[in-house]
Amino acid sequence: MKTIKFLFITVLSLSALVSCSSDDDTPEAVNEEEIITTVRLELTAASGDMVVLQSQDLDGEGPDAPVYTINGTILADTEYTGDIQFLNELESPAEDITEEVLEEGVDHQVFYTFTTNNADSSVTYTDMDDNGNPIGLSTTFNSGATSTDNILVVTLRHEPTKSADGVSTGDITNAGGATDANVTFTYDVN
Amino acid sequence: MKQIIIGLVIAISSFSYGQDCTYIFLGELKDFHDGTPIESATIYQKESGKYAFSDLDGKFKIENLCAGTLTLTISHANCETKTVSFEINGDSFKTILMEHHIEELNEVSVTAHVDKKETKTAQETVLKEQTLKKYSALSIGDALKEVAGVSSISTGSSIVKPMINGMHSSRLIMLNNNVRLQDQDWGIEHAPNMDVNAVSQISVIKGAGALAYGGDAIGGVVVANPERVFLKDTLFGKTTLSGQTNGRGYAFNTKLNKYTKKGWFASVQGSLKQNGDFEAPDYVLTNTGSNSKGFTFRAGKQTFESGFEVFYSYLNNEIGILKASHIGNIEDLVSAINSSEPLVIEDFSYDINAPKQDVTHQVAKAMYYKRFNNFGKVNLQYDYQNNQRYEYDIRVGDDRDTPALDLKLQTHTISSDIVLDALKGYKLKFGIMGRYQDNFANPDTGIRRLIPDYDKYDFGIYTTAEHNLNAKMTLDFGLRYDYNRIDAKKYYITSRWEERGYDEDFSNIILEDLGTQLLVNPVFDYHNFSASAGFNYQLNEHNSFIGNYSLSSRPPNPSELFSDGLHHSAARIELGDLNLTKETSNRVSASYNHNSNQLNLTVEAFYNHINDYMYIEPTGIEQTIRGAFPVWEYLQTDAELYGIDLSANYNFNAHFNFSNKSSYTVGNDIENDRPLINIPAFNTRNSITYTNDWKQFSASLTSEWTFEQTKYPDNNFETYIASTNETVLVDVSTPPSAYQLLNFYSEVTLKTSNKTNLNIALSVNNLLDTNYRAYLNRLRYFADDMGRNVMLQLQFNY
Repeated sequence: MKTIKFLFITVLSLSALVSCSSDDDTPEAVNEEEIITTVRLELTAASGDMVVLQSQDLDGEGPDAPVYTINGTILADTEYTGDIQFLNELESPAEDITEEVLEEGVDHQVFYTFTTNNADSSVTYTDMDDNGNPIGLSTTFNSGATSTDNILVVTLRHEPTKSADGVSTGDITNAGGATDANVTFTYDVN
Repeated sequence: MKQIIIGLVIAISSFSYGQDCTYIFLGELKDFHDGTPIESATIYQKESGKYAFSDLDGKFKIENLCAGTLTLTISHANCETKTVSFEINGDSFKTILMEHHIEELNEVSVTAHVDKKETKTAQETVLKEQTLKKYSALSIGDALKEVAGVSSISTGSSIVKPMINGMHSSRLIMLNNNVRLQDQDWGIEHAPNMDVNAVSQISVIKGAGALAYGGDAIGGVVVANPERVFLKDTLFGKTTLSGQTNGRGYAFNTKLNKYTKKGWFASVQGSLKQNGDFEAPDYVLTNTGSNSKGFTFRAGKQTFESGFEVFYSYLNNEIGILKASHIGNIEDLVSAINSSEPLVIEDFSYDINAPKQDVTHQVAKAMYYKRFNNFGKVNLQYDYQNNQRYEYDIRVGDDRDTPALDLKLQTHTISSDIVLDALKGYKLKFGIMGRYQDNFANPDTGIRRLIPDYDKYDFGIYTTAEHNLNAKMTLDFGLRYDYNRIDAKKYYITSRWEERGYDEDFSNIILEDLGTQLLVNPVFDYHNFSASAGFNYQLNEHNSFIGNYSLSSRPPNPSELFSDGLHHSAARIELGDLNLTKETSNRVSASYNHNSNQLNLTVEAFYNHINDYMYIEPTGIEQTIRGAFPVWEYLQTDAELYGIDLSANYNFNAHFNFSNKSSYTVGNDIENDRPLINIPAFNTRNSITYTNDWKQFSASLTSEWTFEQTKYPDNNFETYIASTNETVLVDVSTPPSAYQLLNFYSEVTLKTSNKTNLNIALSVNNLLDTNYRAYLNRLRYFADDMGRNVMLQLQFNY
């Protein structure tokens, strides 16, 4: 008799517990806040001419590869002001992650690496973090000679060792840290 | 009470029949260990069906016996039930020794003696408190490696998952005080939430033979139990304090037990552990500190007739993960693999920063049992578990302190079993189990859920039978049916949903289309049948054989079904598959055991064939804004695992002892004709121990030798590294070289008073400060394993 009573009470309390815990019927959708969908490099010449190089991946970690576009023409032997933007376009309006990078400039650096440089282009840093090291959001881009199929790789590193050899001049080799963005821009110089 | 018993004895024994039956049998029951008389035992006389009881001196009398066989079954709350036979041809007197140990809370697990195991025909090894105490400052996964054939798969030094014969995670069942742990064990970096200090004995059962615990233990079962309860008015406890050089860690554990003669008991236990960054021989392993807090409480009443228990356990672990293992993309992984040292080395610190885990596991249990005369015993149990898991990643901005993963898993289980032992020579057991589980993935993390919200329902029913064919042969059988339903609500990125082909196969489960994401409601049902059969043949006093066959199946776990996204620490995109079906294992095993004063030898061999074995492997590369990532997909194949485990112990004389534990395991993917990943290499552990009665002194030197794994699948892949404009081969497959470690352990026990003593233990692990990396450590790409560690432990028993 005791057994039956015990069983009864247990089943009763179990069903009570079960019924109060099923309160999450439809889970909330998560819109990723930190994901970078778009890396945009805006090059502005003194003349006001603008070239925009962009890599955009609107499905984030999804299977679709980033789409690369270039708008405008890079002219030979021209000095451009370079501004890079990191955006999350899954949010509406798009979230500008560049601001966070700037705020935590000490812990971030953007690297510009030419893997094919027929034009002999160059990028130099024009900004500084609180320790006097470059962040790489603002740059000067020198286009170099007329050529085709130049490849520029832009990498955003989180927590790089900025004091390591060559890092402050833009050499990624000894930088370490974790990669937040890594995109490839191909361009011609006309 | 005594008078009634004596009266009963007289009443029963004076009830006579048959003319020539005038013989008298006098019996005396004594404790096997200390010879104290055992009173109030029930003596069942099989031939006449009558009962007798032992008196204060452990004596009993059976009168009016006929010539012939007399079979007595003696049971007592504190003893193992024993059946003995005598030839009666006159008045006789016999002393019967009883194994004096406790009737456990569950008939399933009458343990506490090395010969009394959970199972009769499975390959089982029991670790007792004497062994477990060495691991007070370590984890359960470290302690289990004492068993030949058990290794571990780990993430650094603090996250250690046990591996039995090459299988881990969802293929093992872990039981803590008869509660099956539900702590998201599918994750390879999710260590079992069990405090080695809170348990007193652990049984490791290889294979799925122990069907009472579940039908899906393709690898095996780990059964951890707390102290047995004594029917004695006593209060005792122990306090352990230890300190270690590596990680500058300390551990504190204390336990207090109160028992009464009437069967009431209560115990409390608490432990604290902390360490800072561990050190490899050449550098600090930055951010490998950990912090652990545990508490258990147990109380109840236990008598032969009936009993109950309430149990609560709390365990919180905060574990730092090697900072150098945090990588952003494949390029970072390549530089980590190519660098001989970790890419981040900072000064020693106790700080635990991201990446880290913070996991809290709570168990509450209530159980009741009652024994019915001439029938058996009925157990009822309800348990509740709450597993809260936070994982912190290195994040920026406002999200810096927000966990990247926030999962709450709640489980309710109700179970009941009936043990029938009234039938001589047979022991039958029936059991039934119902379970409800609710997983909640908190969306506030701001990161897509790794594991979706789900409800899971399990129902199981089983029967096991044990039959003593004769004095030498025991047979056992088991049958089990399990039903599982998983009902999940998950968001898929639309492009992924289509790329997987789910838009064709699963278009009917879409609840909502948010444009870039789809909310879907997968519901899967699984029916699993499992069975086992085995024999135990005692050839003679010294030699025995066991053989066992078991059939078991395991439904896919949430990670295998639903994984979908970037796994940062591994720099890979992991994809589950909604089309996966259950895997089915057929395992045969045979063991030989030799037991004599000088030599103990156990040889265990097994062959396990698994249909639709689930595993993960790289299948391609995907580009994202972060760069390139290899895609690892869950797939199914037919696999086989086989191996042999050896455990030997040889006493040269009263002082010197040599022991060896060796294990050889092979795993093959039959369909694709290649080895399985993460199979432990051949390893052998040899110890020489010197013991002396003086202060119970002992000292031992152990060599742990792990060979290089030469059988591994080639999962290397080529990837284009944009920054260098090169295509490189990423070697994620090649196992590290063989290594040998020397460990030293020594202890003395000092008597501090009549009832108290102090045990002092000094140990040195990795005595020679050897640099090594272990194949089964997931952080082997990034850093060496731990260097020398000197540990001093004081245990005060009172």
